[in-house]
Amino acid sequence: MKIAIASGKGGTGKTTIATAFAQALSRAEYSVSLLDCDVEGPNSHIFIQPEFDQFEDVNMLIPSVDDETCTGCGQCAEVCQFHAIVVIGGQTLVFPEMCHGCGSCTLICPEEAITEIPKRLGILEGGLSQEGIRFGHGILNIGEPMAVPVISKLKKWQDLMDAEVVLIDSPPGASCPVVESLRGADYIILVTEPTPFGLHDLRQAYKVTQELGIPAGVIINRDGIGDTGVEQYCEEVGLQIFMQIPLERKIGQGIAQGKSLLEIKPEYENRFLQLYLQIIEALSIVDRS
Amino acid sequence: MIIAVSSPDGKFSTEFSPRFGRCNFFIIIDTDTREWESKPNPAANARGGAGPQAVQFLSASGAEAAITGRYGPNAFTTLKAAGIRAYIADAGTPEELLDRFLAGTLEEVNAATGGELHH
Amino acid sequence: MKQLVILSGKGGTGKTSVAAAFAHLLSLQNTPSKTVFADADVDAANLELVLSPSVISKEEFWGGSIAEIDSDDCTSCGICAEVCRFDAVIVKEDLYTVDPIACDGCAACVYQCPEEAISMKEQLAGEWYQSESLYGPLFHANLIPAQENSGKLVTLVKQQARLLALDEAKDLVLVDGPPGIGCPVISAASGADLALIVAEPTASGVHDMHRVLKTTAHFDVESLICINKADIYPEGTEAIEKFCQNEGIRVVGKIPFDLAVTESMVQGKPVTAYQADSPASLAIHDLWKEVMDVIQDLGA
Repeated sequence: MKIAIASGKGGTGKTTIATAFAQALSRAEYSVSLLDCDVEGPNSHIFIQPEFDQFEDVNMLIPSVDDETCTGCGQCAEVCQFHAIVVIGGQTLVFPEMCHGCGSCTLICPEEAITEIPKRLGILEGGLSQEGIRFGHGILNIGEPMAVPVISKLKKWQDLMDAEVVLIDSPPGASCPVVESLRGADYIILVTEPTPFGLHDLRQAYKVTQELGIPAGVIINRDGIGDTGVEQYCEEVGLQIFMQIPLERKIGQGIAQGKSLLEIKPEYENRFLQLYLQIIEALSIVDRS
Repeated sequence: MIIAVSSPDGKFSTEFSPRFGRCNFFIIIDTDTREWESKPNPAANARGGAGPQAVQFLSASGAEAAITGRYGPNAFTTLKAAGIRAYIADAGTPEELLDRFLAGTLEEVNAATGGELHH
Repeated sequence: MKQLVILSGKGGTGKTSVAAAFAHLLSLQNTPSKTVFADADVDAANLELVLSPSVISKEEFWGGSIAEIDSDDCTSCGICAEVCRFDAVIVKEDLYTVDPIACDGCAACVYQCPEEAISMKEQLAGEWYQSESLYGPLFHANLIPAQENSGKLVTLVKQQARLLALDEAKDLVLVDGPPGIGCPVISAASGADLALIVAEPTASGVHDMHRVLKTTAHFDVESLICINKADIYPEGTEAIEKFCQNEGIRVVGKIPFDLAVTESMVQGKPVTAYQADSPASLAIHDLWKEVMDVIQDLGA
């Protein structure tokens, strides 16, 4: 079972939910893994504290032009959709920061003057937490725009993906890195806050889940601030609200210090086990219909 | 000879722009006739590769020399490949810089001057 | 004309609340406003919810292209699937199609197909708007959920804001940025003269603040820090201040946790317009003055 935790708006509590969920399931002796796919700002490890013992580079192949063989014909620049190769004054220049690593230039070169060399986009780190959660995250290199290849490689770590319950902590937003994180999930939990910003971004995130054809439910965090717009919207579109976590200074302060929700509020352990059963139930309803 | 000066506002008699790849305009000047025209820099807001894209634009505009405050490595490499000479200045209007260019008192550079400004 | 971008690394630290309050304060200083606003968080565009914009013009945004296989010309030779590095070619019983979500738009398959059976089709990826807000012109956009190219749309929105600022001789383009450090953030920070980073004194907030500071430094954009919700965890605030002192980065403001910020959002107003004397409003007012002083001192 693969469950992703997502939200359109940032800072709604995805990581708080994902880490508490993983801990609750692990304590109940499920085999559980957690993948932090927010490779631009990965934070789950702060709350899970895994012992990292598995590391892997994420590379992309970029072109390298042999000036001797290159005739300056310009076909490589013509096929590159990303302005990463420029032929000017008879010379072929490569700008790695623009390259998507598609290999099109290498394939098209009539002189076979292009070879490919690896460029590091980021790294993956994995390890076991004290509670037995199998954990993995990706870290995007500073200045590197391409998050998607790092996410997709993390999702290919088989020992993580083979767990009974795979939890995926998604980045915020509604575009490519989010889609890459959510692809292949059986269920998506959308975390939001009950404010106009939260509602606006929940709509966006819900549309992503619909586009992917993956069933979804909602957790409202910081309940008590804002207004009732989110609840009304969920009722309108038939989104189930699984949990409402109130705005409490104690929770906010604890999270700020790097404590997990279950450390601050042990009573949530049961609620997350309930959540898992509710998701299974929700999925069996989807199956039957 | 055609030269190009980076400019924030596309004007001949106001201060030039020290930024190359992301300047708002280039003032393209014919040094023989002092005739000039202002062209918006299509790379001004490019997400990446502003330097090389600006150079390609200058090359297509027929420029043989560029004057700005500093060049990033990518811009410089592309200028060199395009055979466009690179000059730098601290201050001045395109008009004044033209005079200094003609008088031969502008500094020509043979390496990038701006560090890792590109992306 | 200067470009100020508001960033954070971690989401939800209060970028948009700060940007909206700045918009309000700038309009009080000059009528009509000498600032153009751009919402560069096209995945989750929230500035429009608090600046009361009326849309003047609306344009479609055609993002990147994706490959499409013409099944009439396709001979199922499989070369496209071989060359695709994004696992975007789907093969089902000899029928080849492209998964539009996986396709990166690189066109490698288009050039390699021996039958010329593949072509690139532009994708409608969103809309962008020019609006007149209560506090001045606003450029904003909505990415169609699950679409690619948010970075490209950010670039477009900023470019439009910048062109209007040039045309109308405005002083400032204020860009409300997206969270993270990747593609759309790089687009939002490109060409900025100054970045204001809204940090949060939490374990995650500090971690992400470090990453966004490294990113702005990488792109040579000068950065200032303000600490939002500074009083929820004073030890965290102290840690940020100490770090900034060591790194030579200025902390230009500390905003206390204040429910008036959320209340103002519910009312659809910047907090400074909703309750000018609330603790957060007063702090943002001081912050704004500090930031404007720094901008004025920047060279051409």
